[in-house]
Amino acid sequence: MTAARPPRVVLVDDHGLFRSGVRAELGRQVEVVGEADDVQPAIEAIEATSPDVVLLDVHLPSGGGQAVVQAVKATRPQVRFLALSASDAPEDVIAVIRAGARGYVTKTISTADLADAIRRVAAGDAVFSHRLAGFVLDAFAATPAPGEVKPSFDPELDQLTGREREVLRLIAQGYTYKEIARELYISAKTVESHVSSVLRKLQLSTRHQLTRWAAERRLA
Amino acid sequence: MRQTERWRHDPVPPRWHRGPPWLRRGSGGPLRRDPADRLAGGVAAGVAAWRGVSVTAVRVVFAVLAVVTWGLGVAVYVAAWLLIPAAGADGSIAGKARSDARGIRLAAGLGSLLIVVLLSLGALGDGWFVGWAWPQVFSVAGLVLIWRNAPADERATLRRLVEPLEQAAGSPAGSAAGEGTRAGRRGPALRIAVACVLLVAGAGLLFSRHESLALLRPLGGAVLVIAGIVVLLGPWWLRIARDLVLERQARVRAEERADIAARIHDSVLQTLALIQRRADDPHKVVQLARMQERELRSWLFEGRAPHQADADMTLAAGVRQIQQDVEASYGVPVEAVTVGDCQLDESLDALLAAAREATVNAAKWSGADAVSLFAEVEPAEVSVVVRDRGRGFDPEAVPADRKGLAESVHGRMARRGGTAAVSTAPGEGTKVTLTMPRAGTSSRADTASRA
Repeated sequence: MTAARPPRVVLVDDHGLFRSGVRAELGRQVEVVGEADDVQPAIEAIEATSPDVVLLDVHLPSGGGQAVVQAVKATRPQVRFLALSASDAPEDVIAVIRAGARGYVTKTISTADLADAIRRVAAGDAVFSHRLAGFVLDAFAATPAPGEVKPSFDPELDQLTGREREVLRLIAQGYTYKEIARELYISAKTVESHVSSVLRKLQLSTRHQLTRWAAERRLA
Repeated sequence: MRQTERWRHDPVPPRWHRGPPWLRRGSGGPLRRDPADRLAGGVAAGVAAWRGVSVTAVRVVFAVLAVVTWGLGVAVYVAAWLLIPAAGADGSIAGKARSDARGIRLAAGLGSLLIVVLLSLGALGDGWFVGWAWPQVFSVAGLVLIWRNAPADERATLRRLVEPLEQAAGSPAGSAAGEGTRAGRRGPALRIAVACVLLVAGAGLLFSRHESLALLRPLGGAVLVIAGIVVLLGPWWLRIARDLVLERQARVRAEERADIAARIHDSVLQTLALIQRRADDPHKVVQLARMQERELRSWLFEGRAPHQADADMTLAAGVRQIQQDVEASYGVPVEAVTVGDCQLDESLDALLAAAREATVNAAKWSGADAVSLFAEVEPAEVSVVVRDRGRGFDPEAVPADRKGLAESVHGRMARRGGTAAVSTAPGEGTKVTLTMPRAGTSSRADTASRA
């Protein structure tokens, strides 16, 4: 990404220490235009600054991060969300992705990777951490229990293509997009389009009632 | 040190009084009422914990006994409540009442006062009233003793039981009180009035001597009396039921909190203390933090207690085990992702052993700052990919003594019908792909049951 200017970012996290840490680490790689520590302040900050990317904590004091995504989506469709969380509880991740976030990374991500993820989300790509890739593979691999096969709006959305599965597997193994492109003999742009397509399916599919799947997986 | 002190004085209820679940089946300890899990006095819960049977079963038996013995069971229950000490308390209510000299004096005083009143009433010639009221003397004296010696929370329950009497007594006076509360008081006053009318009408029917009502009398009278009682006491019953539910929820929450506090203390606080002591060794600090993170994560999001023994280990648990062990031994982060899950069998044990070898190799030799460990359960096969971005090696140039490792991975897989593929080159990192066919279709497809 050779963006002319660094992406404008709003940080939403209830830990001030974490916000200042991220702000200091990212330094000049992004332009932090606002910070917020809860759902309502976040919505106000986003409305006021209209950033490129919102770095959104999945857990906020007055509810999940998906509330922010849902509130802003209608008025500011161009704002993109990158979910960030300390937990890997599948239901949290799936909920915020289904609300419309363009990607998900854990808080243990390295600074360079985080800056890269922000740039990619700003450019319209989807960013999957290796764990999210694992969740998605799991959710789409699971065959529905007999008796709960619901007719879906679009059967296309209900499964991943072989190529998408391949890409997700490599992401889960820690490959970067560039490495995946080399491994599969395709262009990095194609890798990105596969991931975006998976994201779309994740957001639109009714298969297995993903959210419920995620909640149950936690108990397993 | 201050930390430990504060901890000890934390108002967390002692956890031992219920014990861990595996101990609660037939505790073998002394019989104790369990106030933490009570509907009335906690006798049933106590018996259940003592004999190691289901609380619900004991409650049903108690209820049936109370009905078939015409209420004698209730008296036995009350006696049990008085005689069996509550768990965590130092004596039974009856035992405490015996040694409560002030209480006994108070009870004797109240009793004798009542006797004086009754004797004077008797002198006025109302024999029936006196005959009916004599037992009350003993009841009042007994209640005073019970009241003084019951634990605080049971006292609150007793107080709730006599509440409607207070309310009924207080309402005439209350309706005369300030204008502001008038509307609020009208409801209960109206209810009591309606109930009184119903009760009087019911009693009238029951005791009426009118011949034409002879057939209707028992039925209609009883219905009216019951309706009166329901109108009078219904809302209060509802409130008691609701309060009981709320109280139980509060108790459960308190217990959960105590449980979490104990866990955090055992794990996070200990690790933080260790980290403070090792602050000069960044490598060790990172390792401790990662271990703690993983432990906390598996407890919070997978409901597994730290170091919980896995009787029926699954593939995902095995992968997690490899991750923990390698991180602990070599200090290299292992990024593990598992897709699907299934029970282990012999060939999958071999797969995990090979995966462990490969992961240890990557952590030991590659020099990479992280190893990725990916496992996927598919209907026909299970595959594991161990990958690092380290220095890699030239497979042809590996010395003979080190080739043995690769052989052990290869050999292990091959013996069970699996395959192992190593792709590496100097400077390119290493990728070990292990594939094992799944034994038969009978093996449990956990992914399917989860969908």
